[in-house]
Amino acid sequence: MLKVLDELEQRRAAARLGGGQARIDAQHAKGRLTARERLDILLDEGSFEELDMYVEHNCVEFGMEKTKVPGDGVVTGSGTINGRLVFVFSQDFTVFGGSLSERHAQKICKIMDMAMKVGAPVIGLNDSGGARIQEGVASLAGYAEVFQRNVLASGVVPQLSLIMGPCAGGAVYSPAMTDFIFMVKDSSYMFVTGPDVVKTVTNEVVTQEELGGAITHSTKSGVADLALEDDVDALLRARDFFDFLPLNNRAGAPHRDSVDPFDRPIPSLDTLVPPSATKPYDMRELIAKVADDGDFFEIQPGHAGNILIGFARIEGHTVGIVANQPMVLAGCLDINASKKAGRFVRFCDAFNIPILTFVDVPGFLPGVAQEHNGIIKHGAKLLFAYAEATVPKITVITRKAYGGAYDVMASKHLRGDLNYAWPTAEIAVMGAKGAVEIIFRKDIGDPDKIAERTKEYETRFANPFVAASMGFIDEVILPHATRKRIAVGLRKLRTKQLSNPWKKHDNIPL
Amino acid sequence: MGVALAKLFDKILIANRGEIACRVIRTARKLGIQTVAVYSDADAAAVHVEMADEAIHLGPPPAAQSYLLGEKIIEACKATGAQAVHPGYGFLSEREWFAKALDEANIAFIGPPASAIAAMGDKIESKKLAKAAGVSVVPGFVGEIADTAHAVEIANGIGYPVMMKASAGGGGKGMRLAFSEADVREGFESVKREGLSSFGDDRVFIEKFITEPRHIEIQLLGDKHGNVVYLNERDCSIQRRHQKVVEEAPSPFVTPEMRKAMGEQAVELAKKVGYYSAGTVEFIAGADRGFYFLEMNTRLQVEHPVTEAITGLDLVEQMIRVAAGEKLAFAQSDVGINGHSIETRFYAEDPYRGFLPSIGRLSDYREPASGNGVRVDTGVIEGSEISMFYDPMIAKLITHAPTRTEAADLQIAALDRYYVRGISHNADFLSALMQHPRFRAGETVTTAFIAEEYPEGFHGAAPDEAGLPALLAIAAVVGRAAANRAAHVDGRLGGDADAAAEWVVELDGEQHRVMVAGNGNGGTRVTVDGVVQFVETAGRIPPFGVVEAQVNGAAIAVQVDRKGSGFRLTHKGRQHAMRLLTPRAAELQGFMLPKVAPDLSRFLLCPMPGLVVSISVAEGDKVEAGQALAVVEAMKMENILRAEKSATIGKLHAKQGDSLAVDAIILEFE
Repeated sequence: MLKVLDELEQRRAAARLGGGQARIDAQHAKGRLTARERLDILLDEGSFEELDMYVEHNCVEFGMEKTKVPGDGVVTGSGTINGRLVFVFSQDFTVFGGSLSERHAQKICKIMDMAMKVGAPVIGLNDSGGARIQEGVASLAGYAEVFQRNVLASGVVPQLSLIMGPCAGGAVYSPAMTDFIFMVKDSSYMFVTGPDVVKTVTNEVVTQEELGGAITHSTKSGVADLALEDDVDALLRARDFFDFLPLNNRAGAPHRDSVDPFDRPIPSLDTLVPPSATKPYDMRELIAKVADDGDFFEIQPGHAGNILIGFARIEGHTVGIVANQPMVLAGCLDINASKKAGRFVRFCDAFNIPILTFVDVPGFLPGVAQEHNGIIKHGAKLLFAYAEATVPKITVITRKAYGGAYDVMASKHLRGDLNYAWPTAEIAVMGAKGAVEIIFRKDIGDPDKIAERTKEYETRFANPFVAASMGFIDEVILPHATRKRIAVGLRKLRTKQLSNPWKKHDNIPL
Repeated sequence: MGVALAKLFDKILIANRGEIACRVIRTARKLGIQTVAVYSDADAAAVHVEMADEAIHLGPPPAAQSYLLGEKIIEACKATGAQAVHPGYGFLSEREWFAKALDEANIAFIGPPASAIAAMGDKIESKKLAKAAGVSVVPGFVGEIADTAHAVEIANGIGYPVMMKASAGGGGKGMRLAFSEADVREGFESVKREGLSSFGDDRVFIEKFITEPRHIEIQLLGDKHGNVVYLNERDCSIQRRHQKVVEEAPSPFVTPEMRKAMGEQAVELAKKVGYYSAGTVEFIAGADRGFYFLEMNTRLQVEHPVTEAITGLDLVEQMIRVAAGEKLAFAQSDVGINGHSIETRFYAEDPYRGFLPSIGRLSDYREPASGNGVRVDTGVIEGSEISMFYDPMIAKLITHAPTRTEAADLQIAALDRYYVRGISHNADFLSALMQHPRFRAGETVTTAFIAEEYPEGFHGAAPDEAGLPALLAIAAVVGRAAANRAAHVDGRLGGDADAAAEWVVELDGEQHRVMVAGNGNGGTRVTVDGVVQFVETAGRIPPFGVVEAQVNGAAIAVQVDRKGSGFRLTHKGRQHAMRLLTPRAAELQGFMLPKVAPDLSRFLLCPMPGLVVSISVAEGDKVEAGQALAVVEAMKMENILRAEKSATIGKLHAKQGDSLAVDAIILEFE
């Protein structure tokens, strides 16, 4: 019997060594951790239970049958983060460069299936050279099996991808279909075709970092939600992020103990909106001050900065926050902002996370590039997302809510539950100057008349009371009472019941 | 000491803004006098406007269109029935015509007579007067300077170093030191320009620059009945670019004999010009304790609170009483020195980036508690704006204690509890000054102190080795509290559980093993690197802001901010990056590679948001180290950006007149 136990220990030890000490050292030399070390940081100490430790590949081509490594390049299993269950896979670059074989894919599929059955999130740590070329189409099949599960799990359990090494070619589409992507700076990259192919086909010379590094994807493309400094930083931030997420689409937003008073007054919000309508202010201050403990986990901070998205807590309950940012492009909506916020709203709705919307939007960004790149359809994504969302929706208009953008930003008409405005709010079809030039076109040559008309328009419409008189604003609130209003509103909306008509699925303008 | 005699005033107007306006209003209120504030567009929501009984709008933000509009202020007095005007400092406080105009309008000026302002206000005129009165003055040229060539001739005659000063200047603006003829050639026109743009007067004077100087000034108070007393001295030697940073009373350098000589000389000078109200005679003192008249400020000084602390007088009250015609209620022999007082100027500037001005909204503003020797004079609250139009001073922090060392320690403790975010500020620098051994010794504090002690700029106060265990204990408690908040969440697999007790605190990259456990009576037992520290906190640990605790019985305050997966701790003038790691994560952290900062030395970056006044080089130019490349104006100060090493100029990215953000590229080097 003892001999059998010994053998088990030996087998485990061999499996834990992955691709061997030399490759582990090489991974360390690059400032990267191994697959198992990463899980040590991501998961609560001692909570990881590994599955399929002894799985090996089944390839017999190119002499592969002679080189088999237990685990086959991916570590899979489950553990906890702050006590809450999560399923994980962590690709092992020391084993065949983390390449994806049929069996490697099977292991990932197994934990994804289990996660869906029990209703727990999946976190994937990606560090893979790509397909196991020797396996040919079997490897491609493996990818597709994972893709299929990503899609089925979408909206059922949260899926988070950490890109901690290469992720190229077809491999990118698994993370692409998860809910959030975090990338590690200087050591991860994602692209469909790499710099060599790009050069051959289009003659463009570009580095891996420029083409698909963490900075590129977290600023230009918006593919990545966050760029982190290194492995340790990324894993610690992933733990913080996980704390905000529901376990599944039926569990509801998580709740933690909170001692931040629900009615904490915030006098400085009374002066947040500057007297001059053209002067920007930082919407992050409003979010941080309203949130429990000043804690706002912002995602995509470097992309489409004209809109802010992220998670916070009110009285310990997770909320999703969407806010126009007057500091960037005056907070207008454009293609990138609409896509960024639209997807976030849908995530919140799918997982029963109430949505707080802070509005200061002068309209959609005008321009040939915007029109030709399809702002019509992209802008419609955010509109669609808000309109279909059935979770509690609380909206606070701080300043401008102009034109179609007013409608889009969780307005009353899109089934907003509580639509508040600060006294500084201006809810109108457009700014005074533009409106006057259209309504009083005949006076356009007379600057005095135009000035007078502009003043009249401002007096009449540059306030929240016209909208409030129509019932489109539920109440004009004092800025310093914003947290209290939101907290009480969320308490009352906790039992909200609303469902959309039966449908196979909707047809959001993609 | 002031005894209420006749009726003072029913209502006064304060022709100023910010902390001084608030400070004057407080005293007026104490005396039962109603107050009228004035304000520009930028100050519509300012504290002084809220505090006053009435407020009158003056105009747009620039001072020339608001706070300098004497006529409009006199109109405001008439409209509100204000019987007197307190001008504060700056703005109209030393304008002869304003004092005259008030006089003509039968409104009292809470300040000196117009004739004394005229006599002393102009630096060239006052020097002539002092010289004639037999007061020892610094060698220099008193008269009109035609142009750069003339300036060079004069400077060569006096001998270097020389100081070039805008005649109407003050507060460090329009001043430039020249060590050589080249410096005069480069700086003279710029001083003229600054004089013109800031004070509407482009006259410049040049004088010998005294080395190893101390800036010591005598506070005077006179009444309209010919009585003048001196209220001891203030030492304002700690200056940065001629801008006062720390002021104290009494001076650690001045002997009783010197005090008496300076005081009596100042009183004589005041009596000669028929001075009354509060005024200050500034002297420069050399290492041999010889002193020279510098100028007389015919107004209340920014740093007057240190004098108030050691004399027990309310100078604003005294000014009001004098303006109302009262006699001084005390004589020179009644004036004593009670303990020691230090004032630090809390500026909106970034000491870590060459003290660049920082403007914007005070998103978080929490003051240390006043009382017990701590006084905070400010005109801001949380949400106030530090505007580009006015002085970037956020507040004055004044401490008062039996000894100088205790007053400095009170400063350090108060600065640890001064939590301001949203803009950059100099609290760390002020704390570092208060901890500096040379400052604490007192004897050798000259006006060159900052330049000598921080030649490479400021990078945080010196590390406090003795205080490290306590700081680590606080770090552990703060980190564990966050871990505990995260652990108490619903949906757990195995029920509720506290966070672990064993951790590693990573402070500025150094790892320390800690064990955190309650000690059973409200406190926490923290073992840091094997040594037990008892930490007691009042109530829960806040997630950010000021954490107050007792470590082994000693009070400590640490400022905490969240930063990514860790925290930033600010304590005793130093900032620390802190993370709480599990022992396993701490072990694996060892494999992380240090991050290499991107090489920005190829670029000249705009150090602050500002306007490009000029670019003095073109593409392809070869420049030497120290050569001026561009001038950027911010907060009305012209900042010359120089080449750090010899190089060839590459592409120019900005041009004259451009408004640049901080870190915008001005030009490239090849």
